[in-house]
Amino acid sequence: MQEAMIKRAKELLAEGIVNRVIGWKRGEFAYDSTPAIFETPEELERDFVYDDLTASNLSKYLIKESRKAGKILAFLKPCDTYSLNQLTCEHRVIRENIHVIGIPCDPKIDAEKIKAKGISGILGIKNDGVDLTIDTIYGKESMPVSEAIMEKCLSCKGKKHVTYDELIGEDGELCDSGRFDMVAELEAMTAQERYDFWRSQLSKCIRCNACRNVCPACTCEKCVFDNDASGIANKAAADSFEENMFHIIRAFHVAGRCTDCGECSRVCPQNIPLHMLNRKFIKDINELYGTYQAGEKPDSVSPLTSYTLDDCEASIVHERGTE
Amino acid sequence: MRKIGVFVCHCGTNIAATVDVKAVAEALGHEPGVVVSCEYQYMCSESGQELIKDSIKKHGLTGVVICSCSPRMHENTFRKAAASAGLNPYLVEIANIREQCSWIHKDIASATEKAIILGKAAVAKIHLNTPLTAGESPVAKKALVIGGGIAGIQTALDIAEAGFEVDIVEKKPTIGGKMAQLDKTFPTLDCAACILTPKMVECAQNEKIHIYSYSEVTEVKGFVGSFNVTIKKKARFVDETKCTGCGLCTEKCPMKKVPNEFNMGFDNRSAVYIPFAQAVPKVAVIDPANCMMLKTGKCGVCSKVCTVGAIDYKQQDTYINETYGAIVVATGYDPIDLGKYDEFAYSQSPDVITSLELERLMNAAGPDGGTLLRPSDKKHPHTIVFVQCVGSRCDDSRGKPYCSKICCMYTAKHAMLIREKYPDTDVYVFYIDVRTPGKNFDEFYRRAVEQYNVHYIKGMVGKVEPKADGKLSVQASDLISREQLHIDADLVVLAAAIEPDKTARPLATMLTTQMDTNDFFTEAHPKLRPVESATAGIFLSGACQGPKDIPETVAQASAAASKAIGLLCKNSITCNPCVAHSDELMCNGCSSCEKVCPYGAITYINKEFTMPDRTVALRRVASVNPAVCQGCGACTVACPSGAMDLNGFSNSQIMAEVDAICK
Repeated sequence: MQEAMIKRAKELLAEGIVNRVIGWKRGEFAYDSTPAIFETPEELERDFVYDDLTASNLSKYLIKESRKAGKILAFLKPCDTYSLNQLTCEHRVIRENIHVIGIPCDPKIDAEKIKAKGISGILGIKNDGVDLTIDTIYGKESMPVSEAIMEKCLSCKGKKHVTYDELIGEDGELCDSGRFDMVAELEAMTAQERYDFWRSQLSKCIRCNACRNVCPACTCEKCVFDNDASGIANKAAADSFEENMFHIIRAFHVAGRCTDCGECSRVCPQNIPLHMLNRKFIKDINELYGTYQAGEKPDSVSPLTSYTLDDCEASIVHERGTE
Repeated sequence: MRKIGVFVCHCGTNIAATVDVKAVAEALGHEPGVVVSCEYQYMCSESGQELIKDSIKKHGLTGVVICSCSPRMHENTFRKAAASAGLNPYLVEIANIREQCSWIHKDIASATEKAIILGKAAVAKIHLNTPLTAGESPVAKKALVIGGGIAGIQTALDIAEAGFEVDIVEKKPTIGGKMAQLDKTFPTLDCAACILTPKMVECAQNEKIHIYSYSEVTEVKGFVGSFNVTIKKKARFVDETKCTGCGLCTEKCPMKKVPNEFNMGFDNRSAVYIPFAQAVPKVAVIDPANCMMLKTGKCGVCSKVCTVGAIDYKQQDTYINETYGAIVVATGYDPIDLGKYDEFAYSQSPDVITSLELERLMNAAGPDGGTLLRPSDKKHPHTIVFVQCVGSRCDDSRGKPYCSKICCMYTAKHAMLIREKYPDTDVYVFYIDVRTPGKNFDEFYRRAVEQYNVHYIKGMVGKVEPKADGKLSVQASDLISREQLHIDADLVVLAAAIEPDKTARPLATMLTTQMDTNDFFTEAHPKLRPVESATAGIFLSGACQGPKDIPETVAQASAAASKAIGLLCKNSITCNPCVAHSDELMCNGCSSCEKVCPYGAITYINKEFTMPDRTVALRRVASVNPAVCQGCGACTVACPSGAMDLNGFSNSQIMAEVDAICK
């Protein structure tokens, strides 16, 4: 797959259709791959990677990139295409300046899950579909693939690309991975249990802002948390409880716009299941206003920010909410 | 720092009986920036207003907080008072300590505490108020009347009489409404058609009135003085400009088995039809659900016989856009569906009918030419039982909690007319009580009892059962003689409750007007502003506001017209300066605000900005048209980046209020 992607990228560069490519390159360690811009065939040959570890969503980078001169080639996994559509919807990217190649995606591997098994000094990973063979500085180790799959891939929405200009490989189907089951478990808790759960999770937060910075729905020109005039910036840092509110405010902020790409939880250094807050909103929207998937179409209108005559009365929403 | 004056109103005992007003004034006097804090018996009175004006001048106040009734009531009064003392009227804030405090609490201590907190919130807010200046917007000199029944007709005639143009939108193929279906009208027993049809003709002939029949309002944008309305003219498959109403097509149409709505389904009409002889406009309409040509493409008889070539099978729905200064709602009522009233055998026996159906049976233009015959065997009924309050004053979910108001009188009318025409008929009326307030109404009812010997029995009918011999066995109780009654009736007439037309609810949403739980439109004030809705420029006419008989409907229709005329006479109206604006540096251009704006006040512009890194970027930013914005604030909540803000209700002002309350 990686070879096919490099080949096509080189062709598009050579034809002058695009003048740069956004993809992934290897970071400091074998298991960290990071988004990167490639401008020449040489750079592509040398650095471009696409494998089990290239999990990051490239869509958010296109906000800035699509405003630069010339067209950019973006390789997007199925879940990344939802983010791009949502950004198109919000006029945050200039879609005409992006050439999207949809690429197939198998569940990504979470190096943290491998490390959690006590495996360290990772040099490389081989995946035969059932088992992972991990090459480390201490020798070879192995573990079942199923135990190393990235959290966000366990609740995969499917392998269908919702926007692309061309595809490498076949387009897949939508799938139901029961992604709302965990939310239902939380809902089944008593208020006190739920409060305790979130307090214990959110109190781990170190306010590194990684979740916000990676989130493709967090694209404000000036974030309220960075804006002194908003009157919120300091409040959210006042005490540990207010600190927790940061995530709640952020979840409200992206409600109806979050495509459930799972990047927030992926990048969280404290492993807080942040995506569960957003997924609760998605579940609520589905139940109160009818099924809605943000980013499904480049012109979809979120039920939370639209006004139609068919909207039900607030009292009905309230009734449904208490059912 | 603002110099703030706090004025606490007693509202007689309305506030003072539950809230310790002295304590409120004392406590608020210690708030930051408050230089004077006092209380007075009636702040809205002449001397109360003088007190405010004098304080503004004496203390050089730059902010005024009034703790009183709802701002809906007197905000304007106090703004005017402040303005006359030289203070910008938008530097006045109201703390509602009546509706939101004294009226809903009983305990003085807690009500006082709450009043103080509400006052503190207003003081906190006013520190952030900015002076605002109101602009003006023009008034379109044309009115829209939605609904072409007697209410809509009367309103339109009155507005046209005053010299303004008026459009009537009627969803049926003809105007006339329910009144056109009635036989005689109480209490004078003049024929409904004789008094209604001249008014219908007058509407058609008045050059100021345009009738959009067979049309619906599909979209309303804009605001008082300038409502932009989209009207859907449904395809009638007949060219209105060509059709002469000769009726040849209706005679020749081979599809003659369509139940005739106008006669409540007692006879049939053809697929191409004119609703009734006096229809306005008198133009045929093809019912696409029953026309063979439209369904299968085979027939075309009407087109062949039409001498003026008016039939057009390819006609499409068309949409018309118009701008109106005022809108009058006159959507009327319908009898409720009696499907849930099985005990009266309405769905089992054709001889159990509603009062509106009886109107058609008795009407000279009805299915039997005005001779009252049973629907089942077309024989003369000798015993007729009327059942009152079917679904009215009902405490279960099948019916309506309210009194439908018109039934007592029309049943007296029916009973009297039947006894007059067929003296050999026994007429029973079962009632909870007979309600006859109205000029000459009780006299009318007494005539039915005393002169026409109608048997009025206080009590409810428990069951109606069709018997094998075609009679209807009526079981009822007489509450006065405490007897169970069994009557074998030939005809049972149910006075079905009336409810607002089903199209009213979506219309209310379009017009952003309020409705009550029964879907009747809510008036701006139940006593003092009965024909205005709470939304400026929207007026209410007839039964859409509550059950009404014809005299009341006509009176209200004229009242609504006079209110609309009052508005149309003005060349411009003062705008609300509390409108939204966008902080372009923060705006993401995401369109969230545009999507939620019910008034279409937000557009986007591409603008060049010098960014913090000194590069120049072309950014898409929101721009609010202040003349169109109504200040509802939906955009400020939808805006993800907090770029949208509302004058007079800014995010920081609201947060300051919340902080003051939570402190």
